[in-house]
Amino acid sequence: MKSLSRYFLIASALFIFQTAQAASLKVGFAPEPYPPFAVPDASGQWSGWEIDMIHAVCKEAKLECELAPTAWDGLIPALESGKIDMIMGAMSITDERKKVIDFSDKYYNTPGMVVSAKGMAVPATPEGMKGKIIGVVGGTTHADYVKKHFGEVVSEIKEYQTQDEVNADLAAGRIDATQADALAMDGFLKSDTGKNCCQSNGAVPNDDAILGAGIGVGLRKTDTELKGKINAAIKAMRDNGSYSELAKKYFDFDIYGN
Amino acid sequence: MIKYQAAPYPFATHRIILALIFLIIFYFIVTELRWDWLPKYLPKLWQGLWVSLAMLFSTVILGFLLALPLGLVQVTGPRYLGRLAAGFCTMIRGTPLLLQLWLIYYGLGSVMAQFPELRDTWMWPYLRQAWPYAVLALTLSFAGYEGEVMRGAFAGVPRGELEAGRALGMSPTILFRRIWLPRAISRALPTLMGEVILQLKSTPLVATVTVIDLYAVITRIRQDTFITYEPLLLLAAIYMILTGLLTLLFKWYERRVPSMGV
Amino acid sequence: MQWLSDLANWSLLSLHPPGWGGVLLKGFAASITIALGAYTVGLLIGLWGAWNKLFGGELTRDLWGLYTTTIRAVPELVLILMLYFAGTDLVNTVLKHWGYEPIDINGFVAGVLVIGIVQGAYATEVLRGAILAIPRGQLEAAVAFGMGKWCILRRIILPAMLPFALPGLANLWLVVTKDTALLAVVGFSELTQVTRQAAGATKAYFLFYLAAGCLYLSLTLISTWLIKKLERWANRGRAQ
Repeated sequence: MKSLSRYFLIASALFIFQTAQAASLKVGFAPEPYPPFAVPDASGQWSGWEIDMIHAVCKEAKLECELAPTAWDGLIPALESGKIDMIMGAMSITDERKKVIDFSDKYYNTPGMVVSAKGMAVPATPEGMKGKIIGVVGGTTHADYVKKHFGEVVSEIKEYQTQDEVNADLAAGRIDATQADALAMDGFLKSDTGKNCCQSNGAVPNDDAILGAGIGVGLRKTDTELKGKINAAIKAMRDNGSYSELAKKYFDFDIYGN
Repeated sequence: MIKYQAAPYPFATHRIILALIFLIIFYFIVTELRWDWLPKYLPKLWQGLWVSLAMLFSTVILGFLLALPLGLVQVTGPRYLGRLAAGFCTMIRGTPLLLQLWLIYYGLGSVMAQFPELRDTWMWPYLRQAWPYAVLALTLSFAGYEGEVMRGAFAGVPRGELEAGRALGMSPTILFRRIWLPRAISRALPTLMGEVILQLKSTPLVATVTVIDLYAVITRIRQDTFITYEPLLLLAAIYMILTGLLTLLFKWYERRVPSMGV
Repeated sequence: MQWLSDLANWSLLSLHPPGWGGVLLKGFAASITIALGAYTVGLLIGLWGAWNKLFGGELTRDLWGLYTTTIRAVPELVLILMLYFAGTDLVNTVLKHWGYEPIDINGFVAGVLVIGIVQGAYATEVLRGAILAIPRGQLEAAVAFGMGKWCILRRIILPAMLPFALPGLANLWLVVTKDTALLAVVGFSELTQVTRQAAGATKAYFLFYLAAGCLYLSLTLISTWLIKKLERWANRGRAQ
């Protein structure tokens, strides 16, 4: 029996080592259509502002990076377990997340926005939210925000895996409103589906403790050297103008915020 | 040497040592890992457990009721209905449940988006919620697998028993109710019990369409606390206990009905 | 009737952009590759496990029993979530402990191993049953002729158990092709995941989920046809 088990061990070891690759950094992001940040196209490629930023930051920092699509709710576990090395997926820098992972300086900022079914105004106030069914993506700052500020008054908070599924249910009328990144919802409201079904209710009042201070690159707490490189790269891009050049391709205002 | 081994004595030395090792591991899991979140989420976990069990039992019962005609028409005909039933079973068994669930929930949702007038009908409060779609998908899936089993069970009831019934002057309805159906069900029961456990293990999928079952509660805990493995360990333990309880129940029932499966 | 025209918008499925057919087929290929890999891993584990459960020592048998019972009692989705992340962590911790460099286990290998480990538990039971179905006299005769373990495994056990094992193994193959869909939940790019992306990007949910369903169904139907041929071959010379 020993020889059979030894054979099995060797075979499986070969199997694993064969696929081990050169040390390029894996950058995790949620593999879902999230325009204009990350969009899959019909040829299987990813494009969008965040994808461009991944390539630009890595180039500036002279790092070899590859895209590693990972489900949104698996990003932090994947980072901790070493499956990916960085998160660049519209993840806000919050104190809660900082307890488990580290963040670079912010590389853009997006406020929260409430979008509701057409003809039904749902302002982001406890009175406006009263009795409504709200859809959010689980594990986002917006989910925490809705739970904290409106948790007592809404009829139900439904949690989804991806924002495009929330939007689909908003169009179907299964939920009354959603709170999400304003920049992503702008794109949805301009689409055919969005135009027909939904309306904006403006930005939500700020709550830095929950919504955080901008979007940063998620990193392991032990990777301080990498953090230094990323921060330097973001600063260099801000200074040499390549940041605003890239941003201009997607946005007609300053996405960096104050 | 190659030799079939006898079952070990239940309290063999190595088993006692194994049990001790597991007790120690269990002790470390309880004391060394983080469980401080547990009291806070306990009420939600109970609710989630209840939803999971409701999903399991309602879909098993509905699915089985649907499986009876699906199996029967394949044996009795008419031919075209039998073909239809067989096609349905093949389709369900040939595609992943996750895909069926998403087709039913998001596919129908995208169709509903085109008919705003639906929102004024009495059905809307149900169409809006997630659980009817989850129940539908799980029911169809169970019926698909069990329909195939019931076809075999109906076909496998010995002809002699049916002929004996007919000779006693039973009408087709009574023959079906008193002999064919009970005999077929008792033949199918062992497989049915296995399928119930498989169905239990399929219920977490409903969390992907926003039903808040046990798995969804665990996901929320993971997202709120950023603790990755402890909630999953608890979830695995709960499912192991549920599977164990179901198995015990079936074993007890099997002993009570010795003719089962014959 | 917007939804009907969406459904009939076949150009979305064309093989070249802007159609998503090519992406779906690539995802389909990934699903099949993972299924093949996981099935092989599962078979190897199953063979090893069945052998140990039948002929191993008391401790070995109990440990294998523990593995098959635990794995079969927990939902695949939960196992995949646990093993996909924790498994990588564990392998690297062990390697580090032995003084090796951590290795990079990519999503594909992780997926194959995770589903393979789940399959292994079921395969163990199928193969154990099949070996038990071999008339004992055949094994005893082999031992009497002085055959070694490997020789008995290769010449007697494997060919003799095949007809008994085939229905169960065939069923496991159909299960594994569908289990790969669960990797969508961790974001791995197999058929269900890319379908979800295509559907989300185009909003044609019905069309894409139906198309993916057809692909899975075709795989099942072709597999079933091949399995039937295989069973006829394995049962040749045996009274039906």
